[in-house]
Amino acid sequence: MSRIRGGHNFYQVRFSDRKVLASKEIVDILLALDLNTIEIHKNSVKEEGFILYDSESMKKKFEGAQFIDIPFRKIAFDVGKNSVMANTVATGSVLGLLDLGLDVLNDILKMTFRGKGEEIIEKNIACAEAGYNYAHSNCPRCEAFGIPEPDGKKLLLIDGVQAIGMGALVSGCKFYSAYPMSPSTGILNYLASRAEEYGLVIEQAEDEISAINMTIGASFAGVRAMTGSSGGGFALMVEGLSLAGITETPLVVAEMQRPGPATGLPTRTEQGDLLFVLYAGHGEFPRVIFEPGTPEQAFYLTNKAFELSEKYQIPVFIQSDQYLGESEWTFENFDFERLVYNDYRVREKDLEGVEEYKRYKYSDTGVSPLAVPGEAGKHLVVADSDEHDEEGHIIEDSETRIKMVQKRLLKKLPLIKKEIEAPLLYGDPSPEIVLVGHGSTYGVIKEIVDIYSKDRKIAMMHFSQIYPLPEQDGFDYIEFLKNAGLVISIENNASGQFAKFIRAETGFEFTHQILKYDGRPFTIENLKEEVDAYL
Amino acid sequence: MPTSEDYEGQVPAWCPGCGNFQILSTIKQALVELGIEPWEVLLVSGIGQAGKLPHYIKCHTFNGLHGRTLPVATAAKLANHSLHVIAVAGDGDCYAEGGNHFLHAIRRSPNISLFVHNNQIYGLTKGQASPTSAKGTHTPAQPFGYLAHPFNPLSLAISQECSFVARGFAGDQEHLKELMKAAITHRGFSLLDILQPCVTFNKINTFKWYRERVYKLDDDYDPYNQIKAFEKALEWEDKIPNGIFYKKDKETLEEMVPTIHETPLVRKKFSFEDVKHEIEKFY
Repeated sequence: MSRIRGGHNFYQVRFSDRKVLASKEIVDILLALDLNTIEIHKNSVKEEGFILYDSESMKKKFEGAQFIDIPFRKIAFDVGKNSVMANTVATGSVLGLLDLGLDVLNDILKMTFRGKGEEIIEKNIACAEAGYNYAHSNCPRCEAFGIPEPDGKKLLLIDGVQAIGMGALVSGCKFYSAYPMSPSTGILNYLASRAEEYGLVIEQAEDEISAINMTIGASFAGVRAMTGSSGGGFALMVEGLSLAGITETPLVVAEMQRPGPATGLPTRTEQGDLLFVLYAGHGEFPRVIFEPGTPEQAFYLTNKAFELSEKYQIPVFIQSDQYLGESEWTFENFDFERLVYNDYRVREKDLEGVEEYKRYKYSDTGVSPLAVPGEAGKHLVVADSDEHDEEGHIIEDSETRIKMVQKRLLKKLPLIKKEIEAPLLYGDPSPEIVLVGHGSTYGVIKEIVDIYSKDRKIAMMHFSQIYPLPEQDGFDYIEFLKNAGLVISIENNASGQFAKFIRAETGFEFTHQILKYDGRPFTIENLKEEVDAYL
Repeated sequence: MPTSEDYEGQVPAWCPGCGNFQILSTIKQALVELGIEPWEVLLVSGIGQAGKLPHYIKCHTFNGLHGRTLPVATAAKLANHSLHVIAVAGDGDCYAEGGNHFLHAIRRSPNISLFVHNNQIYGLTKGQASPTSAKGTHTPAQPFGYLAHPFNPLSLAISQECSFVARGFAGDQEHLKELMKAAITHRGFSLLDILQPCVTFNKINTFKWYRERVYKLDDDYDPYNQIKAFEKALEWEDKIPNGIFYKKDKETLEEMVPTIHETPLVRKKFSFEDVKHEIEKFY
């Protein structure tokens, strides 16, 4: 899928009465709105599938059992008096082909065109119906699909960027600053659309350097704040990341990957920035990296990102990619009971009896009280990008330097590690084959495990809380991998960054890897083909 | 009421005779005379000799990165507009490394003050040219003399209708103090460029050099006349005018953000109750 205006654009919809988690290579129905679509995608249509098109507007007629010629434009003109409604006719015709009824589409049309008046809504509904009936009566093999009647249960439909945005909102985030960049722009748009309702401040920065510094400024001033970008924009933020590190300012960053280097493939997907985000920033300071596998995980992990970033006063990343960010999934519900909100900031009443507040006071945990400037009575809050003493003023001496590194980094690290959950295991509990993935490959690996589990002992190990790696004393995931016969690391990049990371952190070496770096997500077919080659 | 002792910070690590000493004591005097308490002020600075200033005074401080003073200051003001936010920067800090942020802070016009210690040289890194160095300036890093045309912060700010544009001289503390007070109390983004002799690395633009050239804008000078202000801002070399060059009354950034009209953002409470219906929009 590509969302930049102009050029070829497509959207894949997959649905089932069972949960679907990944994209497929081969489709049942191709709805082509222009000739280009047929040229590019006709080989992806099942032999017994359908290609819906309008020979009149494309000025080309196709022969073959797959092709169903529907005069979208002519119907739109005849019924709606405007050929612009051809898309509505086309959408109606797909529903007609599937025999799914028009109720849902009609509701969507009413909502989409509610600002355009009754007449436009009526005409669109009429166009949808005309398309529906045309396809229904010209459908050669409708019963082939045999789609059961939907049970009428409403599901929530949400994509990755919306889930991250909502995750921020429900975590008390009040400030978001960013420079637009695909595929992170959706977070900016989502939060901007909620600004008025929830009292947020959204600032489109002049560049990403400004965006991260604004976010740090707002957070220093006492507000939960977040920024987001893709790899190129995050590259500009790296200096600011280090600033958050030394000033111990809570910071949440959404890093939405697309294929690089540099401009790369702006509207495609890749997991190419893991090691970049892991090592970004000069100097040594703690960080946390989450990479969700579904929009649902993105929602909870964004909440956890805010919790940990304020609890430990550190930068926390929600790393994802174009594929998860812009894919819409359905869920029955998100459980708000699972959300966490603790206000770790210190105000006047919390400082009663304190003679002199020190922003960087030494403590057993390395965490110092985080006061809100102006809300802490007469206490002053001093933050510094230079190495500093407990009060926040510049120092040069080695003794203070050592104590500050211990406070800021070494004391916090083991505590942060305890907060990280073990990787998710799915499938056979004592498997011969383990497919290991992280982030957005969750869905496709899970479906592959389902396919093989009929006749093989196979499991998925999925990491969404990536850095720091969880402790191994509860569930020794490395021992688990060592005990399996065949372990394959699956990554959407060219160099196997996650495998390198695991080796660096644990010594475990993946001997088998499946890597995809064409800018496209894994589909069920192409991952299965790759796994088959190892079996 | 605050006294200058309340604002007493650490001992400055500047060269003896540096123009920064006068700027430091003048800021303290201005804040005391305005009756502003230390806990009502946030000083934001970057890196450079000017960037060290907040450590030598007592108030809320964010000493951040080189050039990044204004984004931090702008957002801190958006987060808590009940604070007096003053950004302190040098000419390299604000006009070179932070040039883009300078342009956009003028355009946004948050109600903050920007004091630029302009010594026309890089002090912290020991004597390279700055954006305001004269063309031809010889330094260890400019083997053929400085080849770029000097940056004029005032004419740029006036061209962009910056809400308040002024220039003062570290060697005239009384005048500088009045300019600082005017900048701090001005509603909108205020730029105060401060001519600050660097006694160690700039042997041309010395206290004496400035004293021979600076003069104050007339009492009947009209700062609301943009064209006249622009003309005055172009004066340099033989005669250097100081004072409030330009003013434009306009809404501040915080005033234009409706979500913080009633309560500063930092005082807004959060509860799950307020957001739990958000999920319903996705069904």
